[in-house]
Amino acid sequence: MLLIHCPYCNEERPELEFRHAGEAHIARPTNITAISDEEFTQFFFLRDNPKGIAFERWRHMHGCGRFFNAVRDTVTDKFVTTYEAGQPRPDLPAGGENEKGAGK
Amino acid sequence: MSGANRIAGAGRLTPAKKVRFSFDGEIYTALEGDTLASALLANGVHLMGRSFKYHRPRGVLGAGAEEPNALMGIERDASRQQPNVRATVQEVFEGMTAVSQNRWPSLAFDVGSVNNLLSPIFAAGFYYKTFMWPKIAWEKLYEPIIRGAAGLGVAPASADTDHYSSRYLHADVLIVGGGVSGLSAALAAAKTGASVILCDEQAQMGGALSYESGVSVDGVSGFDWASNAAAQLAALDNVRVLTRTTAFGYYAQNFVGLVERVTDHLADPRADMPRERLWQVRARQVILATGSIERHMVFANNDRPGIMLSSAARIYLNQYGVAVGTKVGVYTANDSAYETAFDLKRAGVSVEAIVDCRDNPGEGLLSTAADLGIQVLTGHSVVDTKGARRVSSMIVERNGGGARQTFAVDALIMSAGWTPSVHLYSQSRGKVVWDDGTQRFLPGECPQDCASVGACNGTDALQASIDEAIAAGVQAAVDCGKKPASTVITGEGAGDWTGGMAGSAAGAGADTTVKAFVDFQNDVTAKDIRLAVREGMHSIEHVKRFTTNGMASDQGKTSNIHGLAIAAEALNREIPQVGLTTFRAPYTPVTFGSIVNHGRGGLFDPARKTPFHDWEERHGAVFEDVGQWKRAWYYPRVGEDMHAAVNRECRTVRESAGLFDASTLGKIEVVGPDAAQFLDLMYTNGWSKLKPGRCKYGIMLREDGFIYDDGVVARIAEDRFHVTTTTGGAPRVLHHMEDYLQTEFPHLNVWLTSSSEQWAVIAVQGPKAREIIAPLVEGIDLSSEAMPHMSAREGRICGVPTRLFRVSFTGEAGYEINVPANYGPAVWDAVWAQAEPLGACVYGTETMHVLRAEKGFIIVGQDTDGTVTPHDAGLGWAIAKSKPDYVGIRGLMRPDLMADGRKQLIGLKTKDPNTVLEEGAQIVADPNQPVPMTMLGHVTSSYWSQNCGRSIAMALLVDGRAKMGQTFYVPMPDHTIEVEVSSTVFFDEKGERVNG
Ligand SMILES: [Zn+2]
Repeated sequence: MLLIHCPYCNEERPELEFRHAGEAHIARPTNITAISDEEFTQFFFLRDNPKGIAFERWRHMHGCGRFFNAVRDTVTDKFVTTYEAGQPRPDLPAGGENEKGAGK
Repeated sequence: MSGANRIAGAGRLTPAKKVRFSFDGEIYTALEGDTLASALLANGVHLMGRSFKYHRPRGVLGAGAEEPNALMGIERDASRQQPNVRATVQEVFEGMTAVSQNRWPSLAFDVGSVNNLLSPIFAAGFYYKTFMWPKIAWEKLYEPIIRGAAGLGVAPASADTDHYSSRYLHADVLIVGGGVSGLSAALAAAKTGASVILCDEQAQMGGALSYESGVSVDGVSGFDWASNAAAQLAALDNVRVLTRTTAFGYYAQNFVGLVERVTDHLADPRADMPRERLWQVRARQVILATGSIERHMVFANNDRPGIMLSSAARIYLNQYGVAVGTKVGVYTANDSAYETAFDLKRAGVSVEAIVDCRDNPGEGLLSTAADLGIQVLTGHSVVDTKGARRVSSMIVERNGGGARQTFAVDALIMSAGWTPSVHLYSQSRGKVVWDDGTQRFLPGECPQDCASVGACNGTDALQASIDEAIAAGVQAAVDCGKKPASTVITGEGAGDWTGGMAGSAAGAGADTTVKAFVDFQNDVTAKDIRLAVREGMHSIEHVKRFTTNGMASDQGKTSNIHGLAIAAEALNREIPQVGLTTFRAPYTPVTFGSIVNHGRGGLFDPARKTPFHDWEERHGAVFEDVGQWKRAWYYPRVGEDMHAAVNRECRTVRESAGLFDASTLGKIEVVGPDAAQFLDLMYTNGWSKLKPGRCKYGIMLREDGFIYDDGVVARIAEDRFHVTTTTGGAPRVLHHMEDYLQTEFPHLNVWLTSSSEQWAVIAVQGPKAREIIAPLVEGIDLSSEAMPHMSAREGRICGVPTRLFRVSFTGEAGYEINVPANYGPAVWDAVWAQAEPLGACVYGTETMHVLRAEKGFIIVGQDTDGTVTPHDAGLGWAIAKSKPDYVGIRGLMRPDLMADGRKQLIGLKTKDPNTVLEEGAQIVADPNQPVPMTMLGHVTSSYWSQNCGRSIAMALLVDGRAKMGQTFYVPMPDHTIEVEVSSTVFFDEKGERVNG
């Protein structure tokens, strides 16, 4: 069972209190009715699912209830960091990123 | 005497402490502290089971957790029967009943052993090849026979009456393994003041010190030192010592699962004791001191009872005082077997010969053997054995050929070397590294805060192990912020063992057809592995699955390295290039009881009950499960079946009125100055113009345009909405709303609160609904002019506050009375007291379903399935045309969602009004077309409607709305049903009754 640091509660809590909520940093287009089918496909259907560093959303479901972002290595399951929703992608230590996924 | 093979003065058990147990109906005497295996061996019983596939007679191979053969059923009473218990681990207690497995009708005479003669068809991969065709024969014939004849043990016939306990534990340092390394690490870490957990799967600490007779530590015998050290540690406040405790799983972030066997060794455990205790440990540092496991030699007929690991024989002698035979043969590629032979000989047991496949055994061994009068044949191999139910002879040949010699033996002990136990390290996601010099896999870099010490780390010498363990113990404590403290432990007298081999030995090579077993539990031979390679399996993972090598409950503790070496040889590659399969939890089998633990019955799946549940129960409701909710399904009166009860309830609601428990509806309070704007984004409908006191039916989409949920929303005030969701949808709808509110529309000033369980909800539906509630309501004008359909009022009922909605899911005029949950039962009583004299009934979910279907009201999740748009469901009217945005707006614009040919929700009337369609049945245009037919849709809802006097159904049908009046067919297994497409509204088509 993972321990996850909630950036709002500022505490490390067991995984059971959390719920995964998909890939992070995919903003809903503000002009959503104007986007093309291709753009909609990119926005809604396609996900990176990288091997290695992944940016993802979690919700502290049975805690404060807040959604937040996390950087996790999908190979080791290790959390690199967690941060509040709306914050930009954090800078990662050199060599900590895989080629795909992280740079976008 | 507790068995003829007990040697006076040998072992550590007390001769006076006798216990009796039975094995396959025979009563035997054991000593307290015996395992089932040592007790049986003491009594000369070597035949302990039959093998899985060939039903070959098998005895015990090992003396610990690695045991593949001696699996037993242990029975306490009818409800406590544990199959597949390793006899080498199970301690004997007074009155214990053990039974052998995999035999019918008896262990000595087993019908299934005919499989042994049929072994050519049971070769590797036989499951995949022999029985693949025809499919039906697999299901009806092959599988039941194979499962019946094979199978491991018998599951208990009744529920487990034991209870299990579960504890969380946090510590600075967890040390797994209580041998010399684990104890040294624990002593060193404990001295710094760090909190330490030390666990070992055995009944006592000591590990290999329990049988390594020559070892002394700090001046006393190794085992005495271990016992003292364990006692010393247990007395410390900062140390927890756990025996009979297996670390079975190593998970992320140093989370380790331990299972402690609390009562399995006790004759008469107290009723309040848990059978097992699950420890979920989170340790800041983990030290693995899991030791190593000896391998067997792979040669022809190496599986007869009496053939076992040399270390096992040494444990039986030095711990239990049991001689595994009277004329013992030794076959080895490694020095450790010599030590066993020496110990046996010194205890008075005849050692017929040591057969060493090497030309040069370790230093000094030959001279010691000579001193003891033991014949050693170097450069020789055991190429075959004889014996029916126990080994009777070994056949020896000089390497490279020559005359064969036969030695009469009643036990044959063997060693092909030692495999470091890297299981937990591997589970921690560590990658093992091949050490070419010693031909073994060792732990590499630790991905977690973990260290491996001693034999599991490939550290062979005693003092080196101790020093490494002390250093790791201190380092772990320092990493937890403790100050280092010095510990010195001195060990001596351990043999410096050399040698070892992996793969098949002489006489079992690639050119032979002998049965040389690699994996005893799954009956995998060296030949099977070569066959797998010939059949094209080039990855060890494929070889493993094709042959099932290492896939039994022992997880290949003795077989993996041999299997790998044989595959590598057949592939003509180096071992590390073929790779090792991944070790997975659990290290040894864990009972379901420990894992499930308290999570049984109501604690596994809690029952949610509404405030009216007791009343419903008293009034004869039959309940159905809806998610975790218990919902009143129907209320049969005396003599009524479900059909009759539902017909009566349906009629009564439309003729007079009915009461319905609608409390399970999901409810979300949406509050804030931007609440209407938020709902505009969450639902397809427009909310800004909805006046306080009015209700609206809302549809919620996902971003892809498909229906996600629906429900009636009441505007209580400018800034306050009472949202209802489907019964099952409440949590996910709130999650969905929170997601958008927090991350996409955080500028909106809105608060969301789940209020599902705060409100008890009584639906009063039917022509007499107003008459029923009027005497109870205060401060609300109930006239249709003042409070029309789809309106909401706050006031009081029975003196308590209420949100009263005039809404209808039946098509009748009706109300939903929301009251604070605690007032629910009293209000229900009062409403029922009004309703009953007026001829009203109470109705359940089945009637609710029928009545809503008569009106064509959909249920999300039944009439929709996640691929249905509002247009498909005939709800296009509920989409606001002028809104610039809402969740799903862009999804609905996708070409496929706007194209013709989509399935649309329509009504179906069977040509025979008495035929009720099956939900899920498929619809076709031509019932005579060949199979597979072109399916045009399926039935989503179907009922008998007493009010319509006929069956009614809803269905999703390709372009259904353009096919009104057309005939289609619903093929069933033995007949075909003719249907006509209709409107989804079957009753009161003009919809006038809601206004009554
Ligand atoms: Zn939190």
